[in-house]
Amino acid sequence: MSKILIRGAQVLGGEPQDVLIDGSEIAEVGQGLAADGADVVEAGGKILLPGLVDLHTHLREPGREDSETVLTGTRAAASGGYTSVFAMANTFPVADTAGVVEQVYRLGKESGYCDVQPIGAVTVGLEGKKLAELGAMHESAAGVTVFSDDGKCVDDAVIMRRALEYVKAFGGVVAQHAQEPRLTEGAQMNEGVVSAELGLGGWPAVAEESIIARDVLLAEHVGSRVHICHLSTAGSVEIVRWAKSRGIDVTAEVTPHHLLLTDELVRSYNPVYKVNPPLRTERDVMALREALADGTIDIVATDHAPHPHEDKDCEWAAAAMGMVGLETALSVVQHTMVDTGLLTWEGVAERMSWAPARIGGAAGHGRPVSAGEPANLTLLDPAYRGAVDPAGFASRSRNTPYEGRELPGRVTHTWLRGRATLVDGKLQ
Amino acid sequence: MMRHLISAADLTRDDAVLILDTAEEMARVADRPIKKLPALRGRTVCNLFFEDSTRTRISFEAAEKRLSADVINFAAKGSSVSKGESLKDTAQTLEAMGVDAVVIRHGASGAPYRLATSGWIDAPVINAGDGTHQHPTQALLDAFTMRRRLIGPDAGLGQGLDGKRITLVGDVLHSRVARSNVDLLHTLGAEVTLVAPPTLIPVGVENWPCEVSYDLDSTLPKSDAVMMLRVQRERMKAAFFPTEREYSRRYGLDGDRMARMPGHAVVMHPGPMVRGMEITAEVADSERCTVVEQVANGVSIRMAVLYLLLGGNEPAVTHPAPATTPATKRSAPASASRIEEK
Repeated sequence: MSKILIRGAQVLGGEPQDVLIDGSEIAEVGQGLAADGADVVEAGGKILLPGLVDLHTHLREPGREDSETVLTGTRAAASGGYTSVFAMANTFPVADTAGVVEQVYRLGKESGYCDVQPIGAVTVGLEGKKLAELGAMHESAAGVTVFSDDGKCVDDAVIMRRALEYVKAFGGVVAQHAQEPRLTEGAQMNEGVVSAELGLGGWPAVAEESIIARDVLLAEHVGSRVHICHLSTAGSVEIVRWAKSRGIDVTAEVTPHHLLLTDELVRSYNPVYKVNPPLRTERDVMALREALADGTIDIVATDHAPHPHEDKDCEWAAAAMGMVGLETALSVVQHTMVDTGLLTWEGVAERMSWAPARIGGAAGHGRPVSAGEPANLTLLDPAYRGAVDPAGFASRSRNTPYEGRELPGRVTHTWLRGRATLVDGKLQ
Repeated sequence: MMRHLISAADLTRDDAVLILDTAEEMARVADRPIKKLPALRGRTVCNLFFEDSTRTRISFEAAEKRLSADVINFAAKGSSVSKGESLKDTAQTLEAMGVDAVVIRHGASGAPYRLATSGWIDAPVINAGDGTHQHPTQALLDAFTMRRRLIGPDAGLGQGLDGKRITLVGDVLHSRVARSNVDLLHTLGAEVTLVAPPTLIPVGVENWPCEVSYDLDSTLPKSDAVMMLRVQRERMKAAFFPTEREYSRRYGLDGDRMARMPGHAVVMHPGPMVRGMEITAEVADSERCTVVEQVANGVSIRMAVLYLLLGGNEPAVTHPAPATTPATKRSAPASASRIEEK
């Protein structure tokens, strides 16, 4: 592998520096480095970040290859600046055995665009009744450390307690999709003023908050850590803040769409805005931004949820829930957190690379941008302005809520262990 | 006025009054020996019903036939998903057959809005009830019934329902009739009060232009019209109220309660009634109950809506001579200018 010199990039948004990649590692970081035969990438005005890590991605393979495959999903990830993604377990068959997680792991290795770390199901078939063989998944080639029934809540308090306890044996973590099932039967959107008007079944904030409250108390009781997926309400923020102040080992994520969009958009009945948990209110959005800024919410995770066109080109109730997000995440975070002054670029690196890698145990990812580290890097042009055009997506699906919306910033280069997966916005 | 009729909230006061006044003209046709007008001759209207609703469907069908439209009934029971064909494909099939308007009833809130705004078809869309969202022609026929009863068929022309106190009682949460009525009655100047157990009032109701009460008895003496909403017995199973008998005792309308209403006040019900649940037979069969009248008025209102959305340039009743020209179907929805001229 040849040498690459990234010249004049603002590393973590700081002063311009040169970064020399030699093979799979960062060889040197400093000013005025000699090209010395390396390929030079002029990066003046651009931001250099550690390769992004997504703790919450749906790659759909095996089972729903019509919406995404590991290959197309990892290409989308590379386009969005990611070098590591955690693939959720709600595939067909469910990733609840060593066999399925190893398949996903192997497909990730073959893709070459982005490391894929499979997430294992907590319970067999995501049914919430019987623990899956968590140990076997951990000991498999995939080395699973994150377990989640995402898409479904582990609602049985005893099963949740046991899962939290059991994974301590090998340093695992349970990522909870917090949704009290009885309170959300027939739920179609956030319950509130807009749902009352539109006549769509309500998904009340309390259905999320009550599960989070229960689970942080369970985690405290058994001395485990717990991770909360896609936290979406102001009340959830309060609970997590309280739990952290109490010393409970809880981490939480927020999606880019919950940082920007509100349930007012549902007035269009356009299912591109249908997602679970649902878009909430302006007040929730502001609370989530503040919580991400002050560290109550640890990370941004995309919940990239590809769906084929026909599953969104229909009436609201019939539509699938979810949005693609890998290719727009960094732009949305720049728009909502950086351009608003809430986060520095170093803060973005923490929330989109370092912290998710720590929580999920992604070896070689989420590292400092310094000599001797694996060359997992993302280069972003923050001055770019352009309307989102799903036709240009690498994902197999187009279900983005941002079509036609102008968002700032564009990932121009991504390196995975020194190999350029994205150059000038083009996949390699 | 809009090209489609999706929500009662979309109607301006002028639109609504025009529809009520036009319905008054249509009602007169019903008194003629030959109850038929040529206004929609050569036009094809499809009644696209994804949900069973014999009443609403035959009401639209009667309205369409009295306006001389060709009628296609498409009963696609069950959701589009369970049927295997999407709403989009069904719509495009109808479009290809040259349908000039689609009357749609669908179990999913927002389905008519999607049909009208997604570019799937060009034809005007009339919402005949969608999920728990809207049922605008029901609200219009209710308002029409109130105006006739409380003001008078002739005296009411050109008027709204200003200052009238209307009480809606029952399962507001699951009711598209309630949502449509609140919107339209407010537009027409009425004061609306919703009465229900708190479990059957939606979270978020505070933004609706109406009052909410949990107490029927105190509301009745202040009502010019009391509309009882159907309460499905299945709701009991989901713990919205403990028993059918308790619901009836607290929120049902019986003879004693009716006696608390002012002498001129009427009792309404969108049907079908659950006798013994929200309304007793004594009330349902009384002179003050407008249920049968509402059904008759429904045909007049639907004629008015179809005529105004599709009628082109032909006057409806006053000069019923010339036939429409069926060749130019796309020119049909000139309803906006047509209505402003009037």
